[in-house]
Amino acid sequence: MSETATAPGGGQAAVEYIDDVVKKFTIATTFWGVVGFLVGVVIALQLAFPVLNLDLEWTTFGRLRPVHTSAVIFAFGGNILFATSYYIVQRTCRAPLFGGAGLANFTFWGYQLFIVLAASGYVLGISQGKEYAEPEWYVDIWLTIVWVAYLVVFAGTLLKRKEPHIYVANWFFLAFILTVAMLHIVNALAVPVSFTGAKSYIVWAGVQDALTQWWYGHNAVGFFLTAGFLGMMYYLIPKQAERPVYSYRLSVVHFWTLVFLYVWAGPHHLHYTALPDWAQTLGMTFSVILWMPSWGGMINGIMTLSGAWHKLRTDPVLRFMVTSVAFYGMSTFEGPAMSIKAVNSLSHYTDWTIGHVHSGALGWVAFVSFGALYFLVPKLWNRERLYSLRMVTHHFWIATLGIVLYITSMWISGIMQGLMWRAYDSLGFLQYSFIETVEAMHPYYVIRALGGVLFLLGSFIMVYNLWMTAKGHLKDEDVFEEAPHAAAAGA
Amino acid sequence: MNNELFEKNVVLLAIAILVTVSIGGLVQLVPLYTMEQTIEKVDGIRPYTPLEQAGRNIYVREGCYLCHSQMIRPFRDEVERYGHYSLAAESMYDHPFQWGSKRTGPDLARVGGKYSSDWHVAHMIDPRSVVPESIMPGYPFLAEKDLDFSDVALHLDALRTVGVPYTDEQIQKSTADLKKQQSTNDPDEAEGLLKRYPKAVIGNFDGNPERLTEMDALVAYLQMLGTLVDFSKVNLETMER
Repeated sequence: MSETATAPGGGQAAVEYIDDVVKKFTIATTFWGVVGFLVGVVIALQLAFPVLNLDLEWTTFGRLRPVHTSAVIFAFGGNILFATSYYIVQRTCRAPLFGGAGLANFTFWGYQLFIVLAASGYVLGISQGKEYAEPEWYVDIWLTIVWVAYLVVFAGTLLKRKEPHIYVANWFFLAFILTVAMLHIVNALAVPVSFTGAKSYIVWAGVQDALTQWWYGHNAVGFFLTAGFLGMMYYLIPKQAERPVYSYRLSVVHFWTLVFLYVWAGPHHLHYTALPDWAQTLGMTFSVILWMPSWGGMINGIMTLSGAWHKLRTDPVLRFMVTSVAFYGMSTFEGPAMSIKAVNSLSHYTDWTIGHVHSGALGWVAFVSFGALYFLVPKLWNRERLYSLRMVTHHFWIATLGIVLYITSMWISGIMQGLMWRAYDSLGFLQYSFIETVEAMHPYYVIRALGGVLFLLGSFIMVYNLWMTAKGHLKDEDVFEEAPHAAAAGA
Repeated sequence: MNNELFEKNVVLLAIAILVTVSIGGLVQLVPLYTMEQTIEKVDGIRPYTPLEQAGRNIYVREGCYLCHSQMIRPFRDEVERYGHYSLAAESMYDHPFQWGSKRTGPDLARVGGKYSSDWHVAHMIDPRSVVPESIMPGYPFLAEKDLDFSDVALHLDALRTVGVPYTDEQIQKSTADLKKQQSTNDPDEAEGLLKRYPKAVIGNFDGNPERLTEMDALVAYLQMLGTLVDFSKVNLETMER
């Protein structure tokens, strides 16, 4: 058996990969992605036009905002992490998933149940009141069970691997799974009021709860939205570009420094608060240092295209992946800049933070996820290629335009509001009342919502394209030429 | 640098990852729980009254923290706009903390006493009736919903489990205290309540003493925010942190 498994090119045939569950996760990713973007557009419009809150308790911004954040981070992001990690770990270990289809399916249905329990709770007014950790105690316990099963499947597959080395993508996935477990359990520790009710009280209080929360919150970004997605990058870009990873040494150095440094950065969410100064300074310092390993990852991802740059012209899927890494580089530069206390004194509490988050979330996380979906669907459904590459290009440009509108409007509104709050008139009085600064935000909130609408439209194009691909249709269309101008000149 | 050790052994890799990611959290979080200077020693901080805590739970439930901070930073403009900068002690009984991260609306750390309860009720029911440019959602349903306080003693008990120093007496009298806070305007009648919870604001918050609504609870909470510490008596230079 091992002979056939190691025969060149024979790996696929010799090992029966469990891909059915990966298919389910890609479908769930697409579904929750659209839901999350849609709710995002709704709440963006609510900020521009408050009448859309409808005066009903289930539809206020306060209840829908966690639905949006959880849907995009944990439902869209989480499902693509499951899909890619299960797909990649099998191929890079040349082993089927540990625990078989049964355990993998348990993680699928268990995770979907977690999402539904969490989201329905928010709408009904069940919330722990901690950003990005809103689910109540019973949902937290359920997630912990599902997550342990995920770790068993993933680490078990690594243990059974037929490759001597653990591939770099899997280091990142493993770090993501382990660290998220640690963060989730500590941050969500709570005492229920009664075991038959939903309400609980977090064991941490005040300033300690604040730092615990942002230790969790920042590393949800660092490990859920970064380490896991870097794992994706380390498999997808070399595969799609058909080039080896640029530097093995860089991947080793940036992996260990990234996982070490990220954990320290949480206090930059609490600059100038009642958190002791020593903790703030420590958080700022490590956040700035964190720029280095972040760019290590970006360089390794982008430079993997060495010798394959021309493929960007003909392969829009690769374009999604590479642009995502470029956005990753941009937001991991902006982040350290905003963590500097002087900058943060202006940016904190404003839309600048929201813009920063979305350059990472839309530009990096969502784009690499789109790339992953376009990569996975033809392979999983055994199709020759995507239904339409042209439609991928349309998706790319519409979504990119949406991101540009989103980020720039939030830069302007954030910096403007920060400056208005601290403006003094010639007599030494505060120049603007708070409500005047709210009024000034209106046009930018409309532009932001428009950006969100474009991003949502792009995802509809993707859904159609993936649907047709899965059904086995091929669109009759002009192929992308390597160098159309050169060809024209030659003729 | 030799990474081969970790690359060939899953267990070693997992242990190395766990050790590496634990260091930052341990260095930052553990001192915060053990250093006594983390929370200032000031007079006046007390646990929430049962009604205030019920209101706080509504604040948490509705996600108010997503648009309102409760953390005034020590800048001239913030202190002039909102009042004295926030102390760690002022949220020491907050489970969870509600400092927030975004000011789509203004900071609420010291909103207590700034507006009348009537204003708050009108503002909650229809924000644009009192602030035409406001983009806050309306919360008319709060005035329609009776407050469920059947298990208030259990709430206080759970809070005591997580470290809020409620006394046996406070827990025993929690239901009576909760009702009393909104059913009387007479300080003599509320004497016991005010002794257990100094500076508690009493009165009919939503203008309807017949019914105890969620609006009563929420406004009771808003009206006490930031009012417990008397800053004229606090010397921050010499204050023990």
